[in-house]
Amino acid sequence: MIPGPEYLDQARQLQALSFTVHIPLVCFGIAFPAMVLWAEWRYLRTGDAVCRVLARRWTKVMVALFAAGVVTGTVLSFEMGLLWPSFTATFGSVFGLAFAIEGFSFFVEAIFLGIYAYGWDRLSPRLHFASGIPVVLSGLTGSFMVIAVNGWLNHPQGFRIENGRVVDVQPLTALFGNSYFWHEFVHMYLAGYLVAGFAVAAPYAFARLRGRWDRYHRTAFAIPFTAAAVTAPLQVLVGDWVARDVAVQQPVKLAAIEGLGTTTAGAPEHLLGYYTDGHVIWGIEIPRLLSLLAFHDPGATVTGLDSVPLSDQPPVNVVRYAFQTMVGGGTLRALLGVVFLVLVRRSRRLPETRWFYRAAVVSAPVAYVALIAGWVTTEVGRQPWVVYGVMRTEDAVTGATTVPFGYGALAAVYALLIAGLIWVLRVLARAPLPALSIPDAPSVRQPGGA
Amino acid sequence: MAVLPLLFALIGLVLYTVLGGADFGAGLWQLLAGRGPAADRIREHAHQANAPVWEANHVWLIFVVTVLWTAYPTVIGSVSATLSVPLGLAALGIVLRGLTYAMQTAIGRPVPLVENAFALACLVSPFMLGAVIGALASGRVPVGTSGGDLVGSWVNPTSVLAGGLAVLTSAFLGAVYLAADARRLRAAELERAFRLRALISGALCGAVAIGGLVVVDHDAHRIFLGLVTGWGVVAVVVSGAAGVVSLALVARRSFGVARLAAATAVAALVAGWAVAQRPFLLPGLTLRMAAADTRTLVCLVVATVAGALIVLPALGYLFRLSLSGRFDPGRAPGAAVAPAPVSRSRRLPAAPVAAACLVAGFVLLTIADAPAAHAAGVLLLSGAAIAGFTAVDPAGLAGRGDAVNESDD
Ligand code: HDD
Ligand code: HEM
Ligand code: HEM
Repeated sequence: MIPGPEYLDQARQLQALSFTVHIPLVCFGIAFPAMVLWAEWRYLRTGDAVCRVLARRWTKVMVALFAAGVVTGTVLSFEMGLLWPSFTATFGSVFGLAFAIEGFSFFVEAIFLGIYAYGWDRLSPRLHFASGIPVVLSGLTGSFMVIAVNGWLNHPQGFRIENGRVVDVQPLTALFGNSYFWHEFVHMYLAGYLVAGFAVAAPYAFARLRGRWDRYHRTAFAIPFTAAAVTAPLQVLVGDWVARDVAVQQPVKLAAIEGLGTTTAGAPEHLLGYYTDGHVIWGIEIPRLLSLLAFHDPGATVTGLDSVPLSDQPPVNVVRYAFQTMVGGGTLRALLGVVFLVLVRRSRRLPETRWFYRAAVVSAPVAYVALIAGWVTTEVGRQPWVVYGVMRTEDAVTGATTVPFGYGALAAVYALLIAGLIWVLRVLARAPLPALSIPDAPSVRQPGGA
Repeated sequence: MAVLPLLFALIGLVLYTVLGGADFGAGLWQLLAGRGPAADRIREHAHQANAPVWEANHVWLIFVVTVLWTAYPTVIGSVSATLSVPLGLAALGIVLRGLTYAMQTAIGRPVPLVENAFALACLVSPFMLGAVIGALASGRVPVGTSGGDLVGSWVNPTSVLAGGLAVLTSAFLGAVYLAADARRLRAAELERAFRLRALISGALCGAVAIGGLVVVDHDAHRIFLGLVTGWGVVAVVVSGAAGVVSLALVARRSFGVARLAAATAVAALVAGWAVAQRPFLLPGLTLRMAAADTRTLVCLVVATVAGALIVLPALGYLFRLSLSGRFDPGRAPGAAVAPAPVSRSRRLPAAPVAAACLVAGFVLLTIADAPAAHAAGVLLLSGAAIAGFTAVDPAGLAGRGDAVNESDD
């Protein structure tokens, strides 16, 4: 059975669909536990009851999102085999180790999340707080392992191919000794804080616009928003580092990102526009900027798309627009973060204008779009290769005629999942607050307040 | 070396069957509970009991899959290509289950539609996973990624038998577990209800397993021969005996020990299958041929052992808390007392630290070029983030309100 091209597209879309559902949930796995723990820690230190209520309520949200992350992740682990059987059969022994280790980190996460979520009021405060720490750490190790796989796909090493079989496998070198891995990991980890921070803050910003703004809402807004606001400017610095690494290690991807048709010395940067026939048309051209950004030298030579045959080039416009979406979104969020930090530093109060809160509400979808756009840049920019330069995506795809059926079913189930999750979050948000002396418990110490 | 990962995967499979299976079983009993207040209590109980542990139990499945694809990549490739339908359905069932579970938890009271979807998922997933095992046992998965019979590979006597057994075992284990739980909560009515369910499903399980030998004889003769000779016989006998013992223990209301006996029965069954299947994983593909590079296997074994050393004690702790009733609703609060506020003695000047880290991190990450400088730069920038967060002091900030709410203060 020769895999028809239509399966290739459908399999890709199916994979992309599954990722667009899984990755945002993963962001909560990465960053949310830290925010919840911070609120609990604050309560332990100051006795601030609002922080305690917050941590408890967030715990429920965290559990629901974790459940969704678990099941979508399980689908992904099945899809590896179902959609790309040749890829798994050929390279499983090279990259599988990371997933196996990741399995243990999920164990730790699931176990301690169970203890944390159901241990409120049942464990001593210290023990309860301590049980949350492994959850934060396993969010780190979990993303570490998956990104190790992605780094390896982008920059394969640690094996040789003999007669179509993989030999001389060095899984540790392949996964962790990889020069493509670190920037991806740092960038993704920060993205987790951005996406989760803005997403958690958004409903409270919305509440503020609706006029609900007691101390509970203010605290619930301030914690995640601050986390996102300090991360956003750093993400730009890290993104620049990422781009420089890509320039060296995957020059064709960089050329696609920038729409650079021919290898050029002193290459210009183009904003917007459309790539066709080896050029970007209707774009804003900034001379020499690309060489400067990518190699810190305005005269440096940047490899163009023409360095490989057309059949080895990724779809340029998809990659370019995805990249510009990410950078645009990222820059705007970084600006908002800086505005917030400056305002807070000046007035020592939360910002007052409604515009700020409107921007905060919009930040959640913008951060999510930037996240997905970033992955589209990475993954589509890697095409036509699954394993960069080694195995083509069309050789990896399944020949199973069940792909369209699976596509329909999975799309329906994901639609259900998203609808159900939104509904769950609404139910949780509407649960009445416990009888706390909100807005201000007089007994609460107000540290920092004179 | 080539066999160790398989051993780990089989242990994982047994644990998934026993632990994850009990969770599926609890869902099945929700489906079969019927209507009325007594039925509502049964459903409620079935839902409550699993809440803290189901996610950890579910990870065993992921463990099995990842170990197999690392150690025997061809097998996973071939299995996925041929059995895409049952695997896909199992995956859909798993998503549905996670979703409806989260919904049930959020609502806190039974909603029939959600519950039925949950229960349906609990029926589909174990059946499909069982059918996959049946396909493997009856040699219906050819080697290679071009795939075998998309339908016949899993719609056949052995697969239906294995799927049915998976469902029944789940039901039995779930009932035993819930009975034990009811007993701890001193809910006599529930305990009686689940004891009865355990006895019925356990007896059915045994009957199907014994009758199944006939099916296997016809449909998967190689496995049958393996089961009636050598170690296969031992496994079958142990499994049967353990099954009978566990039923007797349920009858005597020793639910905890009954679970162990049931686990032994399942483990023996899986061991029997493994012995009978030896030395082939797939037709014509021996364990040795399928195994990955030795270096990968060594890494995998080391990682698994190290991981187990971390995970097993933690898992034990979770189960101890759960089984000893520490998580039960209404349990006396361990400490809802507000802790004494700690006086804020040390006060680092967080803002300048953040600024300094930011500048240094920028220089090292963006301007310098060596990997070591980049690493230091990333660490400094993380420091900048943490110090920046501390400097903003979000909770203090919220405590002060904004001008609109000046009066709050
Ligand atoms: C909220 C999310 C977010 C934001 C604001 C940014 N990024 Fe990003 N970016 C990601 C989220 C992301 C990501 C989804 O996490 C990716 C996909 C793969 C990866 O490692 O990170 C990514 C990939 C990615 C790549 C491709 C890496 C590869 O192919 O391996 C580049 C070149 C950049 N980013 C550069 C930037 C720049 C210059 C930004 C400046 C504003 C930026 N990103 C902001
Ligand atoms: C480990 C093995 C992986 C394989 C085999 C794989 C393969 C693929 C393939 C073939 C596509 C389709 C590309 C296209 O549309 O042209 C894709 C898309 C995608 N992948 Fe990966 N990927 C892997 C890992 C990852 C990881 C770890 C991530 C991280 C989250 C990821 C994120 C994405 C995203 C977001 C898309 C969507 C791109 C689009 O919209 O087209 N992938 N992946
Ligand atoms: C090839 C792609 C991927 C596969 C096969 C995969 C697999 C899985 C699986 C099986 C789970 C559930 C584990 C459990 O039961 O707890 C999961 C959850 C998780 N995944 Fe993925 N994943 C993929 C992509 C990613 C990416 C790109 C990240 C990002 C950084 C990631 C990070 C996580 C984390 C942190 C969790 C924990 C669950 C949570 O916190 O919500 N995964 N993943």
